[in-house]
Amino acid sequence: MTAVLEVSGLRTHFFTRAGVVKAVDGVDLSVARGEVMGLVGESGSGKSITGFSILGLIDPPGRIVEGSVRFNGAEIANAPEETLQKLRGNKIAMIFQDPMMTLNPVLRVDTQMIEAILAHEKVNKRSAWERSRDALGLVGIPSPEERLKAYPHQLSGGMRQRVAISIAFLNRPDLIIADEPTTALDVTIQGQIIHEAQKLTRQTGTAMIWITHDLAVVAGLADRISVMYAGRIVEQGTTDDVIDRPLHPYTVGLLGSVPTSNKRGERLYQIEGMTPNMLALPRGCAFAPRCRRASGSCAAEPPLEQVAGRYLRCFHPHVDAAPA
Amino acid sequence: MSAPLIEIRDVSKRFVKTLDVAGRIASRLGADIREETVHAVDGVSLSIAPGEVLGLVGESGCGKSTLGRVVAGIHAATEGQIFYEGQDVATLTGAARRRATLAIQMIFQDPFASLNPRMRVEDIIGEAPWIHGLTSKADLPGYVDEVMAKVGLDPSLKKRYAHQFSGGQRQRIGIARALAVNPKVLVCDEAIAALDVSIQAQVLNLFMDLREELGLTYLFISHDLSVVEHIADSVAIMYLGRIVESAATEEIFARPRHPYTKALLAEAPRLDQRRRAFAPIVGEIPSPLDPPPGCHFNPRCPIAQERCRADRPRLEKIARAHDVACHFHGAT
Repeated sequence: MTAVLEVSGLRTHFFTRAGVVKAVDGVDLSVARGEVMGLVGESGSGKSITGFSILGLIDPPGRIVEGSVRFNGAEIANAPEETLQKLRGNKIAMIFQDPMMTLNPVLRVDTQMIEAILAHEKVNKRSAWERSRDALGLVGIPSPEERLKAYPHQLSGGMRQRVAISIAFLNRPDLIIADEPTTALDVTIQGQIIHEAQKLTRQTGTAMIWITHDLAVVAGLADRISVMYAGRIVEQGTTDDVIDRPLHPYTVGLLGSVPTSNKRGERLYQIEGMTPNMLALPRGCAFAPRCRRASGSCAAEPPLEQVAGRYLRCFHPHVDAAPA
Repeated sequence: MSAPLIEIRDVSKRFVKTLDVAGRIASRLGADIREETVHAVDGVSLSIAPGEVLGLVGESGCGKSTLGRVVAGIHAATEGQIFYEGQDVATLTGAARRRATLAIQMIFQDPFASLNPRMRVEDIIGEAPWIHGLTSKADLPGYVDEVMAKVGLDPSLKKRYAHQFSGGQRQRIGIARALAVNPKVLVCDEAIAALDVSIQAQVLNLFMDLREELGLTYLFISHDLSVVEHIADSVAIMYLGRIVESAATEEIFARPRHPYTKALLAEAPRLDQRRRAFAPIVGEIPSPLDPPPGCHFNPRCPIAQERCRADRPRLEKIARAHDVACHFHGAT
């Protein structure tokens, strides 16, 4: 499989008055054609900033200080705005948590969709309109011709997210970055959206990075999973490996804290403490203060190593013990 | 089973948007403007036994939060009665009324919006017990310390303001505020939905510890089936203002009978499901301003028939402690 996207050693820092926030601090990941990569982490882990960095959407005081982002073989980290603009919405698309971030509230859906096509391709308006209509149909919007005439506020939350997704797929991108696209939606609507997204990636071979805090969502969707903590990927592997045989204490803890039917009524495994302050990260492994397996060696930064067919950043992985 | 601690009987809550002056004039001149009525809760009956955790599940707009607020006494029911320890709360007066009101406390979803940003934690927690005479002014500091320790907060932080705490800690402050008046029942409205996964586990564990320690009864409102499955003894599923199914937790997860419950269970993402083919139910929850006739679920239901579009199905007992509101619950 050829990698559509290869990120290596990516560091995105924010230079604020209170200090340097190392939001992304050494992220490596690659996504192949047709593959869905789940990027999982809690709030403040840097998962969204990773997505924004790939698209070059980091505004001052933040910037990519190091690392490379190769898209179809070409370097796009810190590429000129012109180059990025040609890629965005065309070869790489993004879906946000709040579809109103994508949609312009004062323009009709058709205006926005046709604009997205005409910005990247020389076609006539009629065929752009037809493609927009078909795209809406693909994501399961009933009577797409009617919906094209609507303003975003006239649509429900689920409908808006469908429109945002169909815009993302409009120009048949090679890569879609989806940032918590179903978090704000109801369970049945979430099921529908994941279904559409899964179908489209299979049909078109589009690679996808699905950013979420919800392990259960990516368990049913992703081929591989990367777990982020405090700006770094701590564990990366196939979905089966990461979910069924987690090795990093943080992944083990996260999975343990998800209520499932076989833990009914029991106390949940809980990770002590809270998510770290990104301005005052501890030396070495950022998870060490909350980790039950931490020792003196965790004061040094653990390298990303290949262990049992996956990447892992830990001195004391759960290789010996069965997952909690 | 012992007598229910809380029983609600045929409770409805309607919100009516009355016309303003301009609207009234316009409608008199023949414009098509009418009063809008939202049937947020539509004839719901439920009972909760002492020490029980009842999970109330539904999607946004189904009326579960409104029902929680009615139970907690924040909204008055438009119709129906609420019984606390066998007594109709609406008929109580004086001290008995106050006792019933204090006994049911609410925990809100958003720990950022439900705490007064200009009050210190000690005042947030201590105000209610002092006003209600549960503790004297002199004993108040000690009392606040005790309540804070109960929910796992460091009492030395009581001079701080809410914004100085993290999300999980704030939720603990909200819980401490509720516990300060010695309630018997906690109504938790999506109380952990806004928290990070690892913090959710901490707060869920706290709820379970408190239940054991203080013998609390919970009405646990959530959209998250796995959380409800974990904590609840019995579950009620709500759709567009009505209860469509209720049963003991094991029963409802093992043998769901209502098509909506089945769909919810099938679509809740679970850790043990991989790259599955999603086959979602179609459509969205209709507007409560204009609910479909008959069974509210009929436009989305895979087994709906003519009768479902005309008759409202009653909640029927189909097994011991298993009620379903569906004409065709025996099918499939």
